[in-house]
Amino acid sequence: MTEKGEDRVTKRAEEFLQVFKKGAEFTQDLLKENERLRFQILKMEEGLKNDLEDASPESETEKLRERIAELEREKQQIIDRIKEVEAENLDFANRYIDIETENNNLANLYIASYQLHSTLDFKEVLQIITEIIINLIGAEEFAIMLLDEKTNKLQAVAGEGLDPGEVPTISLGEGIIGEMAKTGENYFIEEMDGYIRDLRHPVVCIPLKIKEHVIGVIVIYKLLVQKSRFAEVDYELFTLLAGHAATAIFSSKLYSESERKLSTIQGFLDLMTK
Amino acid sequence: MSPYKVLIVEDSPTMRQLIVFALKRVRGLTLVEANDGVDGLKKLSGEKFDLIFTDINMPIMDGLKLVSLVRNDPGYKSVPIVIITTEGANEDRERALALGANDYITKPIQTARIVDVAKRLLNM
Repeated sequence: MTEKGEDRVTKRAEEFLQVFKKGAEFTQDLLKENERLRFQILKMEEGLKNDLEDASPESETEKLRERIAELEREKQQIIDRIKEVEAENLDFANRYIDIETENNNLANLYIASYQLHSTLDFKEVLQIITEIIINLIGAEEFAIMLLDEKTNKLQAVAGEGLDPGEVPTISLGEGIIGEMAKTGENYFIEEMDGYIRDLRHPVVCIPLKIKEHVIGVIVIYKLLVQKSRFAEVDYELFTLLAGHAATAIFSSKLYSESERKLSTIQGFLDLMTK
Repeated sequence: MSPYKVLIVEDSPTMRQLIVFALKRVRGLTLVEANDGVDGLKKLSGEKFDLIFTDINMPIMDGLKLVSLVRNDPGYKSVPIVIITTEGANEDRERALALGANDYITKPIQTARIVDVAKRLLNM
């Protein structure tokens, strides 16, 4: 073998060694990787085993039962709260209706009172009382009777749906009207159905009082066709009328009298000074 | 400036005051009062109204005559009219509605009912 040929063989041997070394390193790497993967598989198998142990059908069912019970409790709480809110709403609605009714009643009472004291003219006062009885109470036939303190007799001075002249003069203490004027108590007929008008026996008799002093009465014989019975506010209106109408009538009468007297005195003075 | 103008035609000052008192609770209403039908017509000719409340029994000109005249006026053909009256019989109601009234309220009045009717007819 020549020297040139030996060099070539040596070179080929070195190359082979290099390849062999790389193959050996690669094999080492593969073995390491294999080792690592085996470890991973073992870990995963162990984890899976634990999970399977934990997720046994009994424990899962138990958990679900607890959750269902919890949800049932929550549902019951929500239902109870809804019931509470509904009850509150109903209460608010009822209170709103009550307040509206009360507001309406107060408006009626305020306006009735305001109007009654808006004038000192006797005829106007009677007109206002008439309007209140028609528009706020809903009466169709009624009369306002005043007591003559000299004769102790009640006489109608105004009316609606009837001629005041039709209403008989009533002595104090006579019949229902006279009795109410004497005692100062309100009278409401017990049964309105089938009532036939009797001018001595009204459906309602309200004494007009200044403190305990009766100056007359309001007698009602018939309500408007659409009004079948008295409402709560009517009794309050009657109470208001009993007091305010009485003072309004009394003040206007006093004022008329003083005006008349003043006019007489003025006339007399005019005569004296001429 | 209130968007709706309401005319109240009523001869009784007590009733007028009560209706005004009720309607003052509704925001956005300008209220104008008239003593009877003739006074009501005068006010209607002077300005434009969106709603009319009228009594039936009034001196000089009653409410039904007013309803009839208002309905014959092209400018007020579609303006809602509400009757407030003591006449509670069905035939009275039917007569008023036939003449062109939109609603019929009987006395004794409830302020809440007046407010409800006004809001409904004005689409408030």
